[in-house]
Amino acid sequence: MKRLILMLLCCWPLALPAVQDIYQFDSVIDEQRFRELLVQLRCPKCQNQAISDSDAPIAQDMRQQVAEMIRAGRSDEEIVDYFVQRYGDFVSYHPPLTPQTMILWLAPLMAMGGGLLLVVFQIRRARRISRGEDIT
Amino acid sequence: MPSRNGWWMFLPLIAFIGLAVLLATQLGRNTEELPTALAGKPLPAMQLPSLMRAGSEVSNEFFLGHWTLLNVWATWCPTCYVEHPYLLRLAEQGVRIVGLNYKDDPVKAREYLAKYGNPFVEVPADESGRYGIDLGVYGAPETFVINPEGQVVLRYVGELNDRSWQQRFAPVWQKEAE
Repeated sequence: MKRLILMLLCCWPLALPAVQDIYQFDSVIDEQRFRELLVQLRCPKCQNQAISDSDAPIAQDMRQQVAEMIRAGRSDEEIVDYFVQRYGDFVSYHPPLTPQTMILWLAPLMAMGGGLLLVVFQIRRARRISRGEDIT
Repeated sequence: MPSRNGWWMFLPLIAFIGLAVLLATQLGRNTEELPTALAGKPLPAMQLPSLMRAGSEVSNEFFLGHWTLLNVWATWCPTCYVEHPYLLRLAEQGVRIVGLNYKDDPVKAREYLAKYGNPFVEVPADESGRYGIDLGVYGAPETFVINPEGQVVLRYVGELNDRSWQQRFAPVWQKEAE
């Protein structure tokens, strides 16, 4: 039993570096920022994947670039702007409100408003029927 | 009984038709191709070593005064092999093509051009892919049209062939914006 535990203990530290990212940062805060930026930026090649999820070469390059910019002391905003300037709004998972993206923001509101109206109409009709009004 | 329910009885039908029209217009659209953020803007600052002329650099000045195709290629890119004969044909017809060698091994790239022919007037080498990011490149091949003022007019993602040339490039090639 002792031998087994010893063997397992030997395996443990070896397995650890495999899941760690290869990027090294000066502080935990920087590492945290790195992780957050990777899920905010969208891979332009394998669309609908964040660059954190993608194995596409361009996503690797973008991760590298993000890491370098963090190490160079650039702010989150500067880093996102850097990519938006080059790849357009597409690259950000937080698209700005523009005439083109208006529908993204308005469609849920419109659907909710429409549903609400429908419910109101139905209730009114039900009341009229229960009052015995002739509605035909 | 339309009179009982009124016009909104048709609401589901209207919604269905609206959705069908919306989806039909989006069907077949190539969502892989993203609009370039660079259209109308100057080509990003370029300072890259030349693949063919050892020791010399290629900069933005190289693009001034001519209409130029900037083709992003690499030996690891299968579609680049496919479009290569067409690039050679364009070059024969006098189209000025600069071939950005993207994230490639310079030795392999030189072999490729020696073997298949060189349609490029100049080959800046972007080994790190940093200039590719400046251009908004996300895969190869990509082809940019650069006007004589050194501005990006068009970006095309995918194989350059007669069809894509007629459809996308011919309308802008050597035509000044009003």
